[in-house]
Amino acid sequence: MGRAGLLLRLAWRNLWRNARRTVILLLAVTLGVAAMVFAAAFSRGMVVAMVDDAIDHLPGHVQIHAPGYRDDPAAEHRFPYPQGRLRAVLDGPLVAAWAARVRVPVVVASEYDTAGVTLLGVEPRREAALAYLGRASVDGRPLADANDAGLLIGRRLAERLDTVRGRRVVITAQGADGALADRGFRVVGLFRSPWSSEEKGIALTGLATAQRLLRLPGEVNEVAVRAADPERLEALVAALRAAAPELEVADWRTLSPLTHAGQQLYSQFTWVWYLVVFLGMAFGLVNTLLMAVLERTREFGLFLALGMRPRWILGQVWFEALLVLVLGLAAGNGLALALARALGEVDVSAFAAGAELAGLAQRIPLIIHGGDLALANGLVLALGLAAALYPAWRAARLAPVRALRRN
Amino acid sequence: MSLLARMAWRNLWRNPQRSLLSLAAIAFGVTLLVFSVGLQIGGYEQMIGNTVRLLTGLAQVQRPGYLDAPRLRLDIPAARDLRARLEAGLRELAPGVVVAPRAQSFVLLSSERRSLGALLVGVDPRAEARLSSLPGTVHRGRYLRTGEEVVLGAALARNLGLAPGDEVTVLGSARDGSVVATVLTVVGVFESGARELDRSLAQMPLATFQDLFAMPDRVHALVLGEAPLDALPELVRRTRALLPPDPPLAVLTWEHIEPGVKQAIEMDFASGWLMYLILVLVITFSILNTFLMAVLERRREFGVLLALGFRHGRLLRLVLWEAALLTALGVLLGMALGAALVAYFAVHGITFEGMEVYAEQFNLPPYLTPKLTPFVLFSGPAVVLAVTLLAALYPASRVRAVDPAETTREVG
Repeated sequence: MGRAGLLLRLAWRNLWRNARRTVILLLAVTLGVAAMVFAAAFSRGMVVAMVDDAIDHLPGHVQIHAPGYRDDPAAEHRFPYPQGRLRAVLDGPLVAAWAARVRVPVVVASEYDTAGVTLLGVEPRREAALAYLGRASVDGRPLADANDAGLLIGRRLAERLDTVRGRRVVITAQGADGALADRGFRVVGLFRSPWSSEEKGIALTGLATAQRLLRLPGEVNEVAVRAADPERLEALVAALRAAAPELEVADWRTLSPLTHAGQQLYSQFTWVWYLVVFLGMAFGLVNTLLMAVLERTREFGLFLALGMRPRWILGQVWFEALLVLVLGLAAGNGLALALARALGEVDVSAFAAGAELAGLAQRIPLIIHGGDLALANGLVLALGLAAALYPAWRAARLAPVRALRRN
Repeated sequence: MSLLARMAWRNLWRNPQRSLLSLAAIAFGVTLLVFSVGLQIGGYEQMIGNTVRLLTGLAQVQRPGYLDAPRLRLDIPAARDLRARLEAGLRELAPGVVVAPRAQSFVLLSSERRSLGALLVGVDPRAEARLSSLPGTVHRGRYLRTGEEVVLGAALARNLGLAPGDEVTVLGSARDGSVVATVLTVVGVFESGARELDRSLAQMPLATFQDLFAMPDRVHALVLGEAPLDALPELVRRTRALLPPDPPLAVLTWEHIEPGVKQAIEMDFASGWLMYLILVLVITFSILNTFLMAVLERRREFGVLLALGFRHGRLLRLVLWEAALLTALGVLLGMALGAALVAYFAVHGITFEGMEVYAEQFNLPPYLTPKLTPFVLFSGPAVVLAVTLLAALYPASRVRAVDPAETTREVG
């Protein structure tokens, strides 16, 4: 301890023998570390927001369908409204909220135009608990209950169909028995969504109404489930599969491959960015230490001649690197954290359509994640000390006599 | 080479290790910039190229408002004449230019087992084959020729349970409000890779479509393609000049029609430059010390030079020469390495985990190929050069503080 303490003190003093140089080096390390931590916070926020969005819009962490539905979303791929063992799991502690829905592609026609949309038959109370379109503002009235015979459509769909609240539209769909069915609906409300694809392509009505139209008594096409603990999805998926072996249970990673791919892409990106920034500042670290060593050749020679072990010289230079790294890390983390806190989130709504295409949220929160922080700091410290070995080794390898003779 | 430059060059190699490390830092940064910008630009071009080539075209002539609310009645009359006029008028600008007429309506397609909504587009098969990559993705059966035939997206065909040779019933409404009900023969199934299209698009010959939907010689869009991307502004300008005054017509570029692709590019570009800037700053701070030391450590030498009659100004120029030579060397090395990397991956492509899904979303092949353009080769290096030389001004300014009498007295 005593020796390490001495070397540490020597290293500290040496650092400030050329304060300007040390400050410049510190600036490089600080900026680099701040860039790493901030980029990690941004990319983490992007992924979290993307996953949250996907779960709000799918909706749910997990969905249950009849076999064949995901490939061919038609009314005939249906199953009974949850009951028995499945109902027990859904109402159990693993699940925060769930909703059963009829979900089929239909054709909707106003007196002016025709469009293809997805018709959702819902239980409004359950959808609200699921937060599906829960944040969407509705112009008009929302759906009251499962027996509501009104139709709620997206604002853009209404524009497209040239219809307004209170007017009637006709929905044509293929029922579970394969026969075409149509029915007039009164548009009771227009909803807004941050996703234009939803505003253009979704129509909602009461579950019972949709069941009658599609001849699906007591049956649904989809159950959407919000997990009580998103970190433990596997347990939920396993429990649901056990309770309904004849149905397909899929989590959001399977349901929204784009979101999952985004997650993978961003974690790779974070690694690459860490390495690139580290390399950029490693050049400065090695070069500056090397200069500090070379200009103290005489001094080290004297130490060696006086009996200091080469190992201690190495240790002393290494401690200098350690001090710079620790100071730089502290400042860099502080800077990034302060910036992240001050900004809170990054607004990319200027690129809304691009963000939607990429499956990104329009407001990206900056999230400091313990694991990301540990990774960035650990990486800089470990690789930085490894890089500092070269100048330290150069210092320890000096021959005392030649070093002393050098002027 | 001037005396100063020669002195600077020699000074650089008095401490080869330090110079080499700085050189490596600059070269590293420049290599990375050239490669990343090359990858970005290459990726964007692939994205735009594939989007434009798939279906959208470079630009389209439509009735104003049709894009947002595609109504059957918002159509272009006398389409044959207008198409001929556009083709003739634009040929001078782009000899290979294609003008493809399209008319479309949302319909219900029914097979024996299933009915599904789809977008039915009437096309000129020969023009489509030249302008769009979609006909080339027909993997079962053949593309359209003429008459009562239709091609379907792969997922649409699967969900309808139809294969080439089968018949499909079309149900829709015509321009005059009458009911359209007819039977078409499926001649081919295409798999474009774009999920939305494969799930909901059907194409049929335009002439038959116009008969069915009671819109003779009328179309909804004239799609312009097969012209160089950089000729787009001129293409739009000339097209506008060729349009008749009535009814009013709009020329929309691919950026209007596919705003998502455009904005995704802009977003990526903006975040890319922010990152490059940070990287350049980190590297600059990394090499700033080298420049500073090159001055501070040589106070004695500068003192002697001053005592021998060297002016401060010349000394300053000497130091700047050193920095400039070092930077230029690093930048050149980095440009060479970066260009080599770009050239290598331009042939072999580069891919990431999760890339395939994104590729589908953005009409990309599952690997990216970077591209070497003057912008790619020079923009990053120019920034590095500028920022580094700016950084060298600070150490160089310290030269003025050297006092010959004092520094030569110091014992080194």
